[in-house]
Amino acid sequence: MTATLDEQDLQQGFEDVIAADQRIEPRDWMPEAYRKTLVRQIAQHAHSEIIGMQPEGNWILRAPSLRRKAILLAKVQDEAGHGMYLYAAAETLGVDREELTEKLISGRQKYSSIFNYPTLSYADVGVIGWLVDGAAICNQVPLCRCSYGPYARAMIRICKEESFHQRQGYELLLAMVNGTDAQREMVQESTNRFWWPSLMMFGPPDADSPNTSQSMGWGIKRHTNDELRQRFVDMTVPQAEALGITLPDPDLRWNAERGHYDFSEPDWSELKAVISGSGPCNAQRLAHRRRAHEDGAWVRDAAAAYAAKHGGSR
Amino acid sequence: MSGHATQGDHDATNAYRSLADSISHDDPGWAFGTGVEDVQAEITSPVPDGVDPAELAEYCLMLGDDALICSQRLAEWVSNAPELEEEVALANIALDLLGQARVLLARAGHVEGAGRDEDALAYLRPEPGFRNVALAELPDGLDFGRAIARLLVFSAWRLALLNRLLDSRDPVVAAVAAKGVKELAYHRDYAARWTLRLGDGTAESHRRVQAALDAVWPHVGELFRTSDVERALVEAGVAVDPAELRGEVDEVLDEVLARATLTRPTAPPAGTIGGRGGREGLHTEHLGHVLAELQSLARQHPGATW
Repeated sequence: MTATLDEQDLQQGFEDVIAADQRIEPRDWMPEAYRKTLVRQIAQHAHSEIIGMQPEGNWILRAPSLRRKAILLAKVQDEAGHGMYLYAAAETLGVDREELTEKLISGRQKYSSIFNYPTLSYADVGVIGWLVDGAAICNQVPLCRCSYGPYARAMIRICKEESFHQRQGYELLLAMVNGTDAQREMVQESTNRFWWPSLMMFGPPDADSPNTSQSMGWGIKRHTNDELRQRFVDMTVPQAEALGITLPDPDLRWNAERGHYDFSEPDWSELKAVISGSGPCNAQRLAHRRRAHEDGAWVRDAAAAYAAKHGGSR
Repeated sequence: MSGHATQGDHDATNAYRSLADSISHDDPGWAFGTGVEDVQAEITSPVPDGVDPAELAEYCLMLGDDALICSQRLAEWVSNAPELEEEVALANIALDLLGQARVLLARAGHVEGAGRDEDALAYLRPEPGFRNVALAELPDGLDFGRAIARLLVFSAWRLALLNRLLDSRDPVVAAVAAKGVKELAYHRDYAARWTLRLGDGTAESHRRVQAALDAVWPHVGELFRTSDVERALVEAGVAVDPAELRGEVDEVLDEVLARATLTRPTAPPAGTIGGRGGREGLHTEHLGHVLAELQSLARQHPGATW
């Protein structure tokens, strides 16, 4: 291969594809930094699905009706499925699931900070569906148009299921606010806890988000953190009104001039603390994942040994 | 932008917009994937002629409680499975069994005629009201070998049972059987495949799955014991005599164990209390803990709907 000249052609070809808003596919040439950014982002997303099974899984065994149990179990199962598609998308970039899992459990790769908060009542199941899945949808819908084909395609499927989960969560909350006083209080209390962490899911303010412009240039990201956060607030306020609950921000109000709701700044020092490992549940979540992975080693070894003896992968 | 992207974008955005629409609690869409909506029978079908409603209710509880308690045990695996494929599979099996349980408990409540629905039966009965076999309630300690050993025996037995209930005179039991045989065939296949991998995998996995089989084996005998209610309902064309299943189940288990290089355990059956067991409401110490967890939240909020 005649390196330098080819390299320039390849770079130009890549940039043309991005400029034309077309897709990069696994066999296409791509700059190493683009590949690394995607691996990091897709892995973090996959890890979030898997770690996210823990806070919601916390209530499956205690779900207060059999219908709610079935809905929650199916939802958490979907999250495992999302993790599978996303790890598979990452694998098209030359990494494998085992390697990424090792990076997760050794703390070298992150997952969404929201899952470092505990689920303390059944209302949390509904509020996670409504606010957390709602915020995730705002973040993820634009990824269906991401420049990397396998990631974009995985996101299309995931977004469909996420929007279903979001509706189910909201429907649980509707049932609860129409129920007993205790149930209504649970919904309000849960919303109070999850509102600010949900706003933090969009990441730091644009001024403190150094990677955003490169990711937007590459067509990996389509909107800034603050744009998505505003969109989420604008969508959520009428939904909270429909539930008859109060979002815990005294400065939240409609700004007719901007055509958007004004809202307070989240406490960014809390986000920094959670991201750097000292949120309420960071240690618990990672220890749980590590324990499950290590406890399963003998099973994975057995499957590999059996496949080696009998041919076929599984 | 490709056609795919437009489609995905549109759908997800639409789902958001639809939140503003009125949301009906009866919308079957909400229960999507929960396995209940596709059983083709009316819970409220009349009790077949010549069948004692109290006995039919009790029989539906037996079949329903086996599924409910086994499902609860499988659900303990969520976020604990050895691999993501197993997360999905174990949750799937738990969902299938939960779906069977819901229909059967609803049927039990209907024919009993005391106004109890599936949730009243699942959440408000104390231990002696449950009619499941001990095998369903045993803890597995999140040992995958134990989970597979129990699932292998349970699914081989329940598949044989449901196969014979396809022409039950109770239309709801027959409908659960019709849907359940397809589900159980998958559960049994899944458990059998893992039994082969673990039995004929590494020395460690062989040792562990053999120990797991040894641990569940004392509870196999109960599966084939005929209770008075079953005996009466066999006469009425509603139930199956579980004693008749033994040959078929043994044959399946022997074949799987042989291919997995495992030894059929010789442990004697666990003792009973005056001949009574799970079918008569006498359980192991484990069921109380399963129910304490399952029922705790529902019992904290009497009269609440969710």
